Amino acid sequence: MSQINRLAHGGRIDRSKPLHFTFNGQAMRGYAGDTLASALIANGVRLVGRSFKYHRPRGIMAAGAEEANALVQLESGRRTLANQQATRIELYEGLSATSINCWPGPNFDLMAVNSWFHRLMPAGFYYKTFMWPAAAWKYYEHFIRRAAGLGVSPKLPDPDQYDQMNVHCDVLVVGGGAAGLAAALAAGRTGARVILADEQAELGGQLLGEQAEINGKPASHWLAAGESELAGLADVTVLKRTTVFGYYDHNFAGMLETRTAKLPNGGATTRQRLWHVRAKRVVIAAGALERPLIFSDNDRPGVMLAGAVRTYLNRYGVRAGSNAVVFTNNDDAYRTAIALKDAGVKGVCVIDTRLAPHGELPTQALQAGIAVIDNSTITGVTGKRRVQSVEVMTLNADASGVIGPARTFPCDLVATSGGWNPVIHLHSHAGGKATFDEARGLFIAADTLQASACIGAANGEFQLNDCLKDGFRAGRDAAAKAGFKKASRRKLPTAAVVDEAPARIIWALPTTKPIGQRGKHFLDLQHDVTVADVQLAAREGYRSVEHTKRYTTLGMATDQGKTGNIPGMAVLAQALGVANPGDVGTTTFRPPYTPVTLGAFAGRNVGPLADPVRMTPMHHWHELAGCKWEDVGQWKRPWYYPKDGESMADAVNRECLAARNAVALLDASTLGKIDIQGPDAAEFLNRIYTNAWSGLAIGRCRYGLMLKEDGMVFDDGVTTRLGENHFLMTTTTGNAAAVLGWLEEWLQTEWPELKVYCNSVTEAWATLTLCGPNARHLLAEFTDDMDLSADAFPFMSMQEGTVGDIPARVFRISFTGESSFEVNVPASYGLALWTQLFNAGEKYGLTPYGTEAMHVLRAEKGYIIVGQETDGTVIPQDLGMQWILSKKKDFLGRRSFARPDSARGDRKQLVGLLTGDPDMVLEEGAQIVAENRNNPPIPMIGHVTSSYYSANLGRSIALALVSSGRDRVGDTVYIPMPGKVISAEVTTPVFIDPQGERLHG
Amino acid sequence: MLLIPCPYCGEREETEFHHGGEAHIERPQDPDALSDAEWANYIFMRTNPKGLFHERWVHAAGCRRWFNMARNTATNAIIGTYKIGEKPPKGAR
Ligand SMILES: [Zn+2]
Repeated sequence: MSQINRLAHGGRIDRSKPLHFTFNGQAMRGYAGDTLASALIANGVRLVGRSFKYHRPRGIMAAGAEEANALVQLESGRRTLANQQATRIELYEGLSATSINCWPGPNFDLMAVNSWFHRLMPAGFYYKTFMWPAAAWKYYEHFIRRAAGLGVSPKLPDPDQYDQMNVHCDVLVVGGGAAGLAAALAAGRTGARVILADEQAELGGQLLGEQAEINGKPASHWLAAGESELAGLADVTVLKRTTVFGYYDHNFAGMLETRTAKLPNGGATTRQRLWHVRAKRVVIAAGALERPLIFSDNDRPGVMLAGAVRTYLNRYGVRAGSNAVVFTNNDDAYRTAIALKDAGVKGVCVIDTRLAPHGELPTQALQAGIAVIDNSTITGVTGKRRVQSVEVMTLNADASGVIGPARTFPCDLVATSGGWNPVIHLHSHAGGKATFDEARGLFIAADTLQASACIGAANGEFQLNDCLKDGFRAGRDAAAKAGFKKASRRKLPTAAVVDEAPARIIWALPTTKPIGQRGKHFLDLQHDVTVADVQLAAREGYRSVEHTKRYTTLGMATDQGKTGNIPGMAVLAQALGVANPGDVGTTTFRPPYTPVTLGAFAGRNVGPLADPVRMTPMHHWHELAGCKWEDVGQWKRPWYYPKDGESMADAVNRECLAARNAVALLDASTLGKIDIQGPDAAEFLNRIYTNAWSGLAIGRCRYGLMLKEDGMVFDDGVTTRLGENHFLMTTTTGNAAAVLGWLEEWLQTEWPELKVYCNSVTEAWATLTLCGPNARHLLAEFTDDMDLSADAFPFMSMQEGTVGDIPARVFRISFTGESSFEVNVPASYGLALWTQLFNAGEKYGLTPYGTEAMHVLRAEKGYIIVGQETDGTVIPQDLGMQWILSKKKDFLGRRSFARPDSARGDRKQLVGLLTGDPDMVLEEGAQIVAENRNNPPIPMIGHVTSSYYSANLGRSIALALVSSGRDRVGDTVYIPMPGKVISAEVTTPVFIDPQGERLHG
Repeated sequence: MLLIPCPYCGEREETEFHHGGEAHIERPQDPDALSDAEWANYIFMRTNPKGLFHERWVHAAGCRRWFNMARNTATNAIIGTYKIGEKPPKGAR
């Protein structure tokens, strides 16, 4: 294709640098400086996609972030990006893009059948259709996904790198147009640290698309001089291709910098960078977005924003049509008419809703021979895939309808302008309010919660001269408030002031029939929301703009209604009979202003860096032994150690049998360990734990239970008295940080008078747990300074000595019910001792065991796991642990036992379950019922908390929480599962060695 | 994201802190002297004002100290931070 719409000269593109690209597989050419959109227009492409709901043909309608139609799939494979606005894609050599929302292609779309059924797809269609019956969603979902087809996400990992920056500055200027550049200059000259961020590849903003003059010369001269001055200021950072997408509390801003416009980038640099900026002052010079006029069939390809048409001419040297009608309610669009006429576009005329427009610009247009049809509106558009003509009629007295004969204007371009909306999105993100300017029909930033100001067009100043003045004043002001007060005597630049007459605001323009009965008046082009949809919502009782948005989906697409929201609100206000559109509420803008790739949020925190991995000192031994891993928080713990060809069940059974019949070794280093010291340590434990600690002898251990103030179990573990004022607390692996936080919180906030100090020592120690009848024999080979006999070293005591010549603390504590020795050595000796034990352990049948066997073994003894048998609603009495509740002192949570709910008789209690079929292993979480009958609902009386096959018992076992469970011991209960009902007998929760003979042996 | 002035470390990003709920709720000296309703009030009931609010924070990824903050919940303006046991600053009472 040739660039049939490219002008011979003019614009900021570089005609000496041609670029090749493809669109929907077709080869095309453009120039350096083009966007994909400008290159497509240059190549005569009018149809770029289909609309979301009706699949109507759509063309490019804007030139920037407000584009609602021209969404493309950029590139393919690993780097593909969905839903990219063609207006924001810089053209590069080899670019490849395809249309979305259409299948098989934009010229022939099978889903366009939706538009024949448009009467069946009114506002709230999705809610009404899919609310009921719920089961129907399964059927509809497939249809919706196919029909919506909003681009394709990549199936493979993104090969590019992203990174992040955290910076502070004195003044952040958002937007590098006339006002923003002026502000950055003024602030930069004071010596303040300034960041100027602009979303485009070039500074200049709207100036790039205008034929404006500053100081009597083309504005580009001032832009170039300003940019070069900023480059010379050491504390000024200018970031192009950088969108400030979000503005948050305390002057915090998120910015997305695109570091390489070209894809793929060859790995030379990061693709995008996310900036976290904390600024002392923020100057929002984000400009303004033009809004369309809302008339019948205003979505046809060739209907574009007037400012965008002008930008394509002036900046990119392309004309968006060869035969144009300008349709406006204001003077600004006359600039477009004049520019089109100058570019040789035929038949240029202006349809103006106002009576006898008389401003400076209309006068110029008339003098240039452009026909002006006043007090009129477009009542219809012909041409589905491309505008062919418009029908124009005169407005009646109150603009509620049209009168007189219809005139037809052949054209392939309709440039419309309904006025400009200040971009107050960022101001709104950070809690700023807005007030409605009725005369101009736009929202102006009002009170802000931040140290910020909206300036220039973002503050409703549309005269270039005002933008310059505002910019210099705001930049100076922001720098001064940040502490930089250097005066500048430079003369400020000026621009000619153009006298512009007021606009005539008519939100929905009438046609020959009531709205909705002739063509469609589109408000939201991306989501296909029409004036009739909003009017219907109002009739159905919607009053708030926030509810109406969600019901009609107005402004809910990726463009967030940048062009349609304000006309939509005004239409709602009219439908509700509210005079001032500001009274139906402003919709709150939310970040991001434009979409941000997830890769930028992830930055370098991907793959192995996504989450830290905690490894015990013996990690590599486990790895070499071929263990399977279990993730416990960030810890990697050996789950089980399969030998050649063993199944998980085989391995776990073997490990469990070894632990009860020979000796087995567990890496328990991950258990939380908190060193507690101070003269009030025992008193502190008395308050934190449910049982008493003052009388615990030095060298003795005690199991403790911690509750929250509501009486619910929070954590458990064994704590040992190492000295008069010195304790070592152990916690569950997953709760270690939370327990330390809990101790610190009470010490600092409630009991500051207690002299107690807590320190995490989890990683200082390697913990090796020897378990089983041969444990003592094996350990005896490694120590000669500790008497390991049951009398000298009873259960729940601790000795310090040496193990394998390594200084060690040995605890006789057990989580398996077997005679156990928990050997703690300094972490760096852990692997050495572990290896030595295995070198000597074969004759005793030493077997490594993992967390799965540990879980089975403890369940055989009915030992709870916090977080498995408890879930934040379980009190100690439910677990049969009344024995651990001191009656002689207060402790956290005690008072809550007297709450009516804690004293309830039918609370769920911990019991054992033995299935009728000994090989049947119940599913953890399965619900339990008392009766086996086939007519639901059947009341549920509890659930299974732990369930395993026990090799030591030769059958399955389970623990469960069952309502009044202890009274049901001996009863049969039922566990309904898909296709079967399993029966089980309720038992006490201890399955092995209820007398504790093994434990103490 | 808030910029929080830790009374011990100075201004730090909110991500370094954990929120600890409403401040100035004392654990009753004698829990048994309280009715069930009073005890429930101590455990569960918190004010949720629009405007001035006194709340606890802990500099979890910093000095690990608990402190109090007076914050306007409607604007997120921080009126001041103060140490445990201290009275709120002027203008935040
Ligand atoms: Zn701190």
